[in-house]
Amino acid sequence: MKTDYDIIVVGAGPAGSMAARFAAEQGVSVLMLEKDRDVGYPVRCGEAISKAGVEEFIEPHEKWITARINKFSLISPDGTEAVVEFQEAGYVLERRIFDYELAKSAAVAGAEILTRAYVNGLIIKDDKVSGVKYEYRGEQKELNAKIVIGADGVESRVGRWAGLKTHIHFKDMECCVQVTASNINNLNANTLYFYFGEKYAPGGYFWIFPKGGNIANIGLGISGMVGKKKSALSYLNDFMGENYPEVPILTSIAGGVPSTVTLEKISAPGLLLVGDAARQVNPLSGGGIASGMIGGSIAGRIAGEAIKMNKLDHILNYDKEWHNRLGKRHEIFERIKNGIYNFSDEKFNNIAHAFNKVPYNKRSLGRLFTTALINQPSLLVDIAKVFVV
Amino acid sequence: MNNTFRQAKTGILMIDILPDKCDFCGCCVGVCPEDAIELKEAEIFIIDERCTNCAKCVWSCPIEVIKFNREGVLV
Repeated sequence: MKTDYDIIVVGAGPAGSMAARFAAEQGVSVLMLEKDRDVGYPVRCGEAISKAGVEEFIEPHEKWITARINKFSLISPDGTEAVVEFQEAGYVLERRIFDYELAKSAAVAGAEILTRAYVNGLIIKDDKVSGVKYEYRGEQKELNAKIVIGADGVESRVGRWAGLKTHIHFKDMECCVQVTASNINNLNANTLYFYFGEKYAPGGYFWIFPKGGNIANIGLGISGMVGKKKSALSYLNDFMGENYPEVPILTSIAGGVPSTVTLEKISAPGLLLVGDAARQVNPLSGGGIASGMIGGSIAGRIAGEAIKMNKLDHILNYDKEWHNRLGKRHEIFERIKNGIYNFSDEKFNNIAHAFNKVPYNKRSLGRLFTTALINQPSLLVDIAKVFVV
Repeated sequence: MNNTFRQAKTGILMIDILPDKCDFCGCCVGVCPEDAIELKEAEIFIIDERCTNCAKCVWSCPIEVIKFNREGVLV
């Protein structure tokens, strides 16, 4: 291992791995540091992703696809199911394998990877990020880098150390818990199930994502504002007690999704932020794998280019490129989310009933949101921008 | 108040993380305005001199392992 790198990536999730890979592909030296002893574990994720989101970066492979999804079932508080069918919507992943494959692709491109390396500070010289301080097997160490890419997830501390305001308002933090359970026999293997309403997950949603062979991810996310009164865990316990009281639980995990628009600034001299650390999450769905990979790939490429051009200011173009690719779109999703955020149970029920009067072949997500927000004309324009109506 | 307890920036620390029950998910770190929580692979603690007792971490914890500590009693 060297002591000086062109680029150091902090965090080896999907966004970090893509940043490392796209940077390494430019022929510059790249090191990716991961605080856990293993890449891809523990998995803090519902693991659903769109097909397009995967295929931009990696050839789909059976070993990390647990289910192929072609239907969404959205369940209102009175139990009415609104079903939207797709040609080929997406997958439920096995993230512990998927993340490994992404990290491998970074390694194949030439990036070095070091696990159990806990980054706890930045080296800042002349107001520019110039390396990282980290703890490795009990020893405090330092590494120099021309550019640091913060892919440190929801905690997003790397950005703070460089003076960016990355902490998130607790209202915008979707606090999640999930179990992976076996003997879940009443599901369609190709459908993602979403439950809405006060009982399940006020202001958020409850999910059941099938993972093949009677296994499913069952979980929910609620705003910290809701968590103030009742925790995500207690909503999950209520649901499991009522619906699946005796099923074997394989894993049980907590996690946070920064569910709002991208940070105002995701670059600083010598530093780029990607993935959850930059809040590159779709604020409506809470999905962040695909958008994190996109953010990571843009940041990695730009950082690599900057090194090759010997022009470190070049990385400041990252904000704009991200904004044009997805940032603007996420702002639209945020407006739609705010439009439906405070809906009552009665409202959800009415939407489901109205939607089920639409002819089956015309039931799309765009149509569903149009039905939901018919009284908010300004949002209908937004819906038309991001969904096929 | 029991003065033997750890001191926070604004006085007696009133927030405790129960590390044995923690899942190390990072919600609390993400919402902490003071960068007052240190989280390693399976290790977590509050940096006392930065904590202001704002309680955002308590409200954001999905599994209720961050608690108010009033006079040495977790509530």
